[in-house]
Formats: sequence, structure tokens, C-alpha cells
Amino acid sequence: MKAALFIPCYVDAFFPEVGIATLELLERLGVDVVYPLDQTCCGQPMGNSGCQEDAAATEALFVRNFAGFDYIVTPSGSCTHHVRENLTAIAQTTAVTKVRRSTYELVEFVHDVLKVREFPWAEFPHAVGLHNGCASLRALRTARMSEIEEPFFSKPLDLLSGVKGITFVTPERPDECCGFGGTFSVFEEPVSARMGYDKVTDHRKAGAEYIVSADMSCLMHQKGCAERLGLPLKFIHIAQILNGARE
Amino acid sequence: MKRIDHSEASSKFIKAKDHLDFHDKRLWDLRKKRDRESEHLPEWEELRTLASAIKEHTLTHLADYLEEFERNAIANGAHVHWAMDAAEHNQIVLDIMRSRGARTLVKAKSMLTDECDMRPFLENRGIEVMETDLGERIQQLDDEPPSHIVVPAVHKLRGDVARVFSETIGTDPKNSDVHYLAESQRQHTRPYFLKADAGMTGANFAVAETGSIVVCTNEGNADLSVNLPRLYIASVGIEKIIPRIEHLGVFVRMLSRSALGSPITQLTSHFRAPRDGTEMHIVLVDNGRSGRLGMADFWYSLKCIRCGACMNTCPVYRRSGGLSYGATYSGPIGVIIDPTFNLRKYSSLPFASTLNGSCTSVCPVRINIHEQIYKWRQIIAERHQLPFVKQEAMRVAGKVLSSPKLYRAAVETAGTGIEHLPRFMMYSRLNAWGRQRDVPAAPQLTFRQWYLKNRGKR
Repeated sequence: MKAALFIPCYVDAFFPEVGIATLELLERLGVDVVYPLDQTCCGQPMGNSGCQEDAAATEALFVRNFAGFDYIVTPSGSCTHHVRENLTAIAQTTAVTKVRRSTYELVEFVHDVLKVREFPWAEFPHAVGLHNGCASLRALRTARMSEIEEPFFSKPLDLLSGVKGITFVTPERPDECCGFGGTFSVFEEPVSARMGYDKVTDHRKAGAEYIVSADMSCLMHQKGCAERLGLPLKFIHIAQILNGARE
Repeated sequence: MKRIDHSEASSKFIKAKDHLDFHDKRLWDLRKKRDRESEHLPEWEELRTLASAIKEHTLTHLADYLEEFERNAIANGAHVHWAMDAAEHNQIVLDIMRSRGARTLVKAKSMLTDECDMRPFLENRGIEVMETDLGERIQQLDDEPPSHIVVPAVHKLRGDVARVFSETIGTDPKNSDVHYLAESQRQHTRPYFLKADAGMTGANFAVAETGSIVVCTNEGNADLSVNLPRLYIASVGIEKIIPRIEHLGVFVRMLSRSALGSPITQLTSHFRAPRDGTEMHIVLVDNGRSGRLGMADFWYSLKCIRCGACMNTCPVYRRSGGLSYGATYSGPIGVIIDPTFNLRKYSSLPFASTLNGSCTSVCPVRINIHEQIYKWRQIIAERHQLPFVKQEAMRVAGKVLSSPKLYRAAVETAGTGIEHLPRFMMYSRLNAWGRQRDVPAAPQLTFRQWYLKNRGKR
């Protein structure tokens, strides 16, 4: 199977190891991965700020880079959400709607498309707190949210259960937003930081050594908060664990 | 009119740590209780769908149901008034009272009268107005608006209430026992019920079929306000109409469960007709509602039954307090309603959200709150109401991110310290990222550089 890899701008710039893990994991699982070299961003920062006009050219570039692929995979729930639900600043041509339909967040791609549950190379003997980003949780619906009356399900947990030695802690408010929120993190800095402090403190109190997530942007924010608070917490993207990272 | 700066206001709220901790915990408790109640009803999600459908039907046939309500209310012996806006509403209430020689008004909780700024209007014209809901009374005595639509004084600790009561109704400033304070307020309020010339309530529902007003309360103050004075006035937003009495069952099952996590309010009172020798007046108020009904992206907000569940679950609201929104309606529902009153003044509110969507998921009438927040942002940007620094940051971000060349130049400086990062990555509101958070260390290579080195050109 052939799939295009989209590495979000903040992962490209700050967390190349997450991009590498995503690429290697997909290759291990037998996917023929193509990385279009002119990619930048999905347009979300402008789109979430209401600036459709400023988002248009970036969205058009995204579509140019990824048109023609049946699967576009990215290690980011919020970028996937933007492409799928909110990439609306440009005319909705057939190419655009196809790209929007074909974009998958990594966990849902591995879980729903590849249908893989075993990761024999992966072992992570640590206590982890799972953080589901809000876009993954409430928009992509990769796990049961606590607000809704429905049977329990969790795609990230399904995958992580195939990792040897991993144990999970349960924070008091497992799916409360961590307060990143894109530009919210700087324009509403007081509330954003306080939400982040509360989130990492909750995980630490529950006994987490690591916070793992399919969304690196949430983790970037939480990591900054934990470091400032001096909490002994580590942060890791789910792609890294599934790809066999030990720590 | 000055723009509300939600971020600035929230930073003041956050500095009062005891208050913040209590506020967050108290409202989160309500959210948890709400979860427990909804878990006990296997049909909860179905009820939400039904409630939404009833509201949607009613709103799309609103004129018919309003006229049906009016006919039935008049047949019951009530007087019905129509108010186009807040000014008309306030004038109607004043005229009713003056023409009957009424000078004292005891009133139950009503967000609509807050929306209309009715209290100061009446007080400036010689009417004495007494809020009889405990939380509203605390706020009235402290000269503050309610900070929450269901629990108006939730941002106050009991020590704050002890201070307010000691300064206003003469309680012992050192005694902050909750029962003592509540009892003191009750004793203070009783004589007003007995002497008041008029009583007022809002409405949780107005039933077209019966012409009756339904008020859901926990304190009994609404019933005293209606049943003791000789004159009763109900202020009702036109979106409160429901068609049939049977529909009430759906909403009553959801209202208090969503609001406080209790199965039902202590009292669900139906006010249908005046008692012998008394008068009942119903003021039906538009005040922007019919305009909102015509807004394709926002008319769904009119389904709101004012339960406050979206506020209780909102992580931003819990950490910034209702007063930080500077509007009658705060929290997620406020964020999507307030801009219809004044786009410029409330232009920062749709940005007081992480778009996490929890509000939408708890809403008993399935209002797509976070999608409306997203839509408001577009309107605010289109009408050039974004702060200059954000507008500029987005213009630059749009330029850089749409050009592979500019983008690479921005991120591919080996060992980039955060100080060299382009504006679009940190947005820079005086480098707000770094104030309370450490910044991520930049790696030696970007992913793309690593890819070219390790996978080569494909």
C-alpha cells in the first residue's frame, strides 16, 4: 500500500524524532511511504484564528502536495481534523475533497485501515498517562469521551495494548483539555498555562512517568508546563512507542 | 464601546488561587454529578436528540406557537405584552407597576432581566427591587452581575459572602457558616415577600398549548414571589416556547440533570392564570432573538434551555470565571450569543476557547457550540475586529506557510534558538509562550533535512 506522509510544521521544526518514528513505523508495517518535499502546513493556525483569506494559499499548497494519494497519513489529530472538517478556505474542487477524504491521523490509519494490533518489536516498561487530544477524541472520535453515554472504546489503547510491559495510570480528569489550543496558547496565555499545569499535575499525581499522546502539539505545551513546574514527567508521541522506543 | 479583554480579566481571576481552585473544583463536581445522572438514563442520548428536534421544530414555527401561546394565555385571564427590545421590556414593566401603584418588586432569577438591565432601570425610577434567589441576592448586594447563569455567585467563597452580608444586611462578619448565612438572608427577605406590591419571574418554558409559564427552582422563592403579591409579571424570551405540555417531560428530565446533576429541581411550578383578585402579566421579549433566528450559522443557539452544563464543563470558563467575559452570558453559550449583541465589544470572546468541543457534547439540546465559536472567528476576522498583532501574525504566517522556500528558510537554521524563531511560530504577544512555560529546544535537523539525508530524494 502506498501512502503520503504529512509531517506538521511544528513536528518538522521541533520534533523530527516523531516524524522519523512515524515514517519508520509505517515502513515496518509494509507501507510504501512517500514524503512530498514541498509540504509545509495544513492551514490550521490561520483557519482556527478565523483568517480564511490568510489560510487559502497554504491550504491550496497542501492540496497540491497531496493530490492523487489514496492515503495521506499524519501523526497529528488536530491537523487531520482541520483537513477533514475545516479545509474550506479554497474552492472545493474534486481534488480538494479527495484530499480531505483521504487524510488520516496515524492511530486511526493503523487501527482502522491497516488493522494492525501487534507490535512485537515494541516494549515500554513504564507507567504512562494517555492524553487524547481534543480533536482526536471529540472530532475524529478515536476514543470514548466522558461526556457521551456510549460503550467504552479507545483506538490508541487498542494499539498500545500490543506493546510489552506498558502500564497505564488513570488521572482524575482523563479527557479534560490541556489548554494548548493553537494560538490560544499565547493569546489566552494565563488560562492556557493554568490548564497545562493542572493537566500535568493530574497525570503526575496518578503516578505517570510518561504522558503519551497522538498529538505532539498538546505534548509540546504540557512539556513546557511540566519543566517550568519542575515535575519529573517525560513526554512521548505514540508513534515512538509503537515504533519500539524504549525511553 | 470598549472591547472586553478576556485574557487580561482571566489573569486577575487566576491570581486569586483559593478562589480559582474552589471555582474549578465546584463546577467540575457539577459536571461529574451530571455524568452520573446521565449514566443512569440509558435513553440519555436519545433524549438529547428529541429535545433538539422539539426545539428545532418550535423555532422554525415560532410565530405560530407564539400566537397560540398568546391566545391561550389571554383566555386564561393573563395580560400579554410584546417587547421588541430591552428598552421596551423595561418600560412595559415600569408602566404595569406604576399604573397599579406598585413600588416594590420581589423577583426570582431571570437572565433575561439581566440582559435587559432592568434592575437599575427600575431602581432609578423609584421602584425597589429585591432579588430573592440566594445567589442573585448575594450578587445584588455586592453590586456585581451574576457570574454563572445557574449558580450566580459560584465565584465567591463563603468568606466573601460573610463580608457582603455583614456590610449589607448586618450579619456577623466573622461567621461564615453556610447555614447561618443562608438563614440570615431568608429572614432578611421574608418581610419583603409580605409587603411587596409585585412579584416577577422569568420562565424556563412557556407552553403554547396551555398558555402557561413553567419555572424550575430549588429555593421556593419564585413561588413566594408569584403567590404573595397581587401583581405577577413574567418576563419571557420568545425562544422559551415549547408546543405541548407533553414536551415538558423531555426538558424537565434533562434540565436539572444537566445543570446541577440532580434528577429534578425541588419545584417545577406551572403558572397558568391569575389568582382571584390579582393580575398576571406576561412580557414576551425579542431583544435580538428574531434577528438571531435569521442567522444561518447561529440560529441553533436559540435552542438553549440555560442549564449551564457547557459552562460547568468548559475548562476555560472554570479557570477564568464568568465575570471575565464582561457580558450577561458567559462561558461557551455566552461566547456564541454575546457577539450578536455587539460584535466589536465581544470580539475577543470566541477566542476564549480551545475549541475542545466538550460543551457541544454535554449540551442537552445538541447546540453545536464549538462549531459556532469557530464560525464567529471567521466573521470577526472578516469584519476586521481581530487585534492588530494577531491579524499581522496571521498575515505573515499565511505568507510563510504557503511558500515552501520561505518556510524552509524559517525553520532550517541549525540549532535555532527560540529567539530566532519566526514570529508565526511563537506569535509573540511579548513572547507569551515563555512566560509560564519552557520553550522546546530546537533540534539540529528538521524532519525534512533528516529525510533527505537518510532516505534521499525519491
